[in-house]
Amino acid sequence: MSASKSVRVEIKVNGKAVAAEVEARLLLVQFIRDVAGLKGTNIGCDTTSCGACTVLLNGQSVKSCTVLAAQADGASILTIEGLAPEAGDGSGEGAASLMHPVQRAFHENHGLQCGYCTPGMVMAVTSLIAEAGPGELDEAAIREGLEGNLCRCTGYHNIVASALAAAREAGVAVARTGAGE
Amino acid sequence: MSILGNRVLRREDPKFLTVGGTYVGDLPLEGALHVTFVRSTAAHARIESVDVEGARSAPGVVAVYTDADIDAGPVAPMGFLNQAMKRSFLADGVVRYVGEPVIAIVAESREAGADAAELVVIEYEPLPVVVDPEAAVSSETMIFEGADTNVPFELQFPEDPALFDDCEVVVRQRIVNQRVAPCPLEARAAAAEMVEGRLRFFASTQGAHGVKETLVAQLGLAPEDVHVISPDVGGGFGAKGSVYTEELVVGWCARALGRPVRWSETRSDSMVGLGHGRGQVQNVTIGGTRAGQITAYRLNVLQDSGAYADIGAVLPFMTRQMAPGVYAIPKVECSTRSILTNTVPTVAYRGAGRPEATAALERVVDCFAAEIGLDPAQVRRRNLIQADAFPYTTAVGTKYDSGDYLRAFELALENAGYDDLRAEQARRREAGSSDRSVKQIGIGISSYVEITAPIAGGEFGAVEVRPDGKVIVRTGTSPHGQGHATAWSMIVADAMGVALEDIEVIHGDTDIVPRGGGTGGSRSLQLGGTAVNQAAGEVVDRARELAADLLEADPADIVLDKAGGRFHVAGTPSISRSWRELGAASIERDGVPLQAEADFEYPGATFPFGTHVSVVEVDIETGQVRLLRHISVDDAGKIMNPLLAEGQVHGGIAQGVAQALLEEFRYDAGGNPLTANLADYSFISAVELPSFETAFTETPTPLNTLGVKGIGEAGTIGSTPAVHNAVCDALAHLGVRHVDMPATPERVWEAIQSAGGSPTESDTETATGATGPGPGA
Repeated sequence: MSASKSVRVEIKVNGKAVAAEVEARLLLVQFIRDVAGLKGTNIGCDTTSCGACTVLLNGQSVKSCTVLAAQADGASILTIEGLAPEAGDGSGEGAASLMHPVQRAFHENHGLQCGYCTPGMVMAVTSLIAEAGPGELDEAAIREGLEGNLCRCTGYHNIVASALAAAREAGVAVARTGAGE
Repeated sequence: MSILGNRVLRREDPKFLTVGGTYVGDLPLEGALHVTFVRSTAAHARIESVDVEGARSAPGVVAVYTDADIDAGPVAPMGFLNQAMKRSFLADGVVRYVGEPVIAIVAESREAGADAAELVVIEYEPLPVVVDPEAAVSSETMIFEGADTNVPFELQFPEDPALFDDCEVVVRQRIVNQRVAPCPLEARAAAAEMVEGRLRFFASTQGAHGVKETLVAQLGLAPEDVHVISPDVGGGFGAKGSVYTEELVVGWCARALGRPVRWSETRSDSMVGLGHGRGQVQNVTIGGTRAGQITAYRLNVLQDSGAYADIGAVLPFMTRQMAPGVYAIPKVECSTRSILTNTVPTVAYRGAGRPEATAALERVVDCFAAEIGLDPAQVRRRNLIQADAFPYTTAVGTKYDSGDYLRAFELALENAGYDDLRAEQARRREAGSSDRSVKQIGIGISSYVEITAPIAGGEFGAVEVRPDGKVIVRTGTSPHGQGHATAWSMIVADAMGVALEDIEVIHGDTDIVPRGGGTGGSRSLQLGGTAVNQAAGEVVDRARELAADLLEADPADIVLDKAGGRFHVAGTPSISRSWRELGAASIERDGVPLQAEADFEYPGATFPFGTHVSVVEVDIETGQVRLLRHISVDDAGKIMNPLLAEGQVHGGIAQGVAQALLEEFRYDAGGNPLTANLADYSFISAVELPSFETAFTETPTPLNTLGVKGIGEAGTIGSTPAVHNAVCDALAHLGVRHVDMPATPERVWEAIQSAGGSPTESDTETATGATGPGPGA
């Protein structure tokens, strides 16, 4: 299986075109990490189970370990680094206020601990809220929507609370559930 | 106003949320080679031959190593374990479990390594396989030839044949506390490079100093020649408290090749590479009066150690320490035996020996209550150690520092609405008697006490005020999600009157932090936090002396205005010196930084406690269990930051629920793992959980100035038995007495079928004085 055929791909990552000659078997997540050099997107499994590598592909959330880089040729990818580039690496003064509302909600609701699932989780929640549009979201829908994103630290409690808070801020009608708040 | 006790948001967050953390796999390491391990596909076999020629000549391969090539090892187990059970860096001619590393391939890329691994040919001569720990006890198969035993460690005490003689009721239960996979979301990773003759090693670990000590000892290096850094760590849960042979190989390769090397395992490798947790078979006997007084308790533990004598073999020591739990039981016996099997070695996993003690006791307290026809809440209330009894020494000799068990217990029942839940249960049972589609509910209680900072050893903390007014805190603890940077900053801000944003916390670098015990056993806040608090107090004292000199006053007259972060003479606040001025003055005047290093001396373990109540719904027709509510009341002494403490409890509860309902690492009889990836292993997800109802009571410990105990593992310890008891409770009216964990639909459905809706046979004695096999009740 070695020395697989190479293909030329050009993928827009966070608004910037990245072109490279890559092995046909290269996964999109490896393209993001090793070719585009963006290490925020993590790998947590090898069976498409954990969702740590979740990114937006043409606006839709995908597990980037399940897409070949070749399949993403010509597509636009949004990763955690591209969600609110003005916030930089978060270390600057007032960076918290420059973050995307979903990032901010995770911060304000303690929706992360070790941080490994966080980029994927934030991208998945961003996508869930966008998909809800002006519609409705409640705790059950968020839990169902995040089934494919695993976290070992938070017990999901504060992730769900973060998602509810972010949805509310985005103007999504959030059904009162009493839980997670 | 003190900042302590406030819901301060985490200072760690912005980086993780914007660009992600920097984990070992993210480090740049220019030109690093990749290490790929070829792992055993046999559970127990002699290696007949190894052909690595194909791999060696494959594109991109730099080196291929077997254990014979490595001039280090084997690693001896801890001193009090059986010393014949040594472990080589790579398998030494015999493989003892599926997943054991046999060959290390070093290649220019991960892909080249993976391709080359396909070309390795290993011939195995099968040996008899032992998977079941109970079968292993009498097995003639020795996992270590020359050890003459499969028992690496045991704590055997003579049994009192009359232990239960004066009991009116004696109940026995065999309980399996199943093997689980810790599954930190970041699997294991390491990297190493030689820098000016020193080994610089990057570890995904719970303690950089422990890794350094191991590398020094196993690679035969001088301590000053090893520099260990743990960057961001994506979870540990106890399992990254061990140092693994793969990490030793990575360090060895960097030295042998003189080039940077890195290793990031796949999840499938991690499931059979990272140690597993739990894995006990328990035989439990409880006895007492018909009125509900527990008077005697016996716990016999068989611990599955896996194929090597790792930390898992030792954990029953803590199970024994915590055997009597929260109850004032006059007579308690606990013996333990650890046994090798051809499976992944067991290690610490969130709770590490204590959840197993609580699970055994809390399950049989329910069995005992059922036998005498009392509400399990009533039995607990009657037997809890009273608040005025502390410090309290149990029948196994463990000394509990402080507690008010009844207060947490009553609050948990109140928050749960216990009486209303029982009424709802009665209604469902009534409706269910004519209609099996009515889902039944079960209510489970678990009262626990656990031991935190269980291993003797102090902790290092240092505080330095830089000339620019920034405060640098160094700690020997090793956070991987717990929020030490925030909590330690709060402690320093409170002690010194400096702003949180002016404080930087440094950890996980053995060149910068001289010593440290790392993070594990819920030790960090009570030891590391207290050390930092102590250092901050010493810095305040030094600053006061310095300010007195500068202000030409008596140090006794100098006060620290914490709101302004300035020192002044009492009554004269207009003339003062700020932290920045003092930091600069110390350098300018004395030529030394304004700083203090503290080693907080180990004061003994602390004992957090609490009560969890769980409510489950069971579909009698399918066996499906759904967790409806989980109510916790935990007491870990003073709460430093409720936001962080709740976060710890949430995560703990989820892992505890996972063990009760879903997760089990399974093997077939041949020792082949059946759950060796995240598609097959039932890692708990958001849909299987509700939001949790958490609360705290605060009973300070007298053992440290902050009054704090550990909170990292309590959630796991308290939750598992509550959920487990709830499942059994939901089925009790159908005649089911006990279902082992995990309570999967298959297992619950089978229990319902075999009970047939009528009371089951239970191994219960009602005759006073009978301790042998008694008549069924």
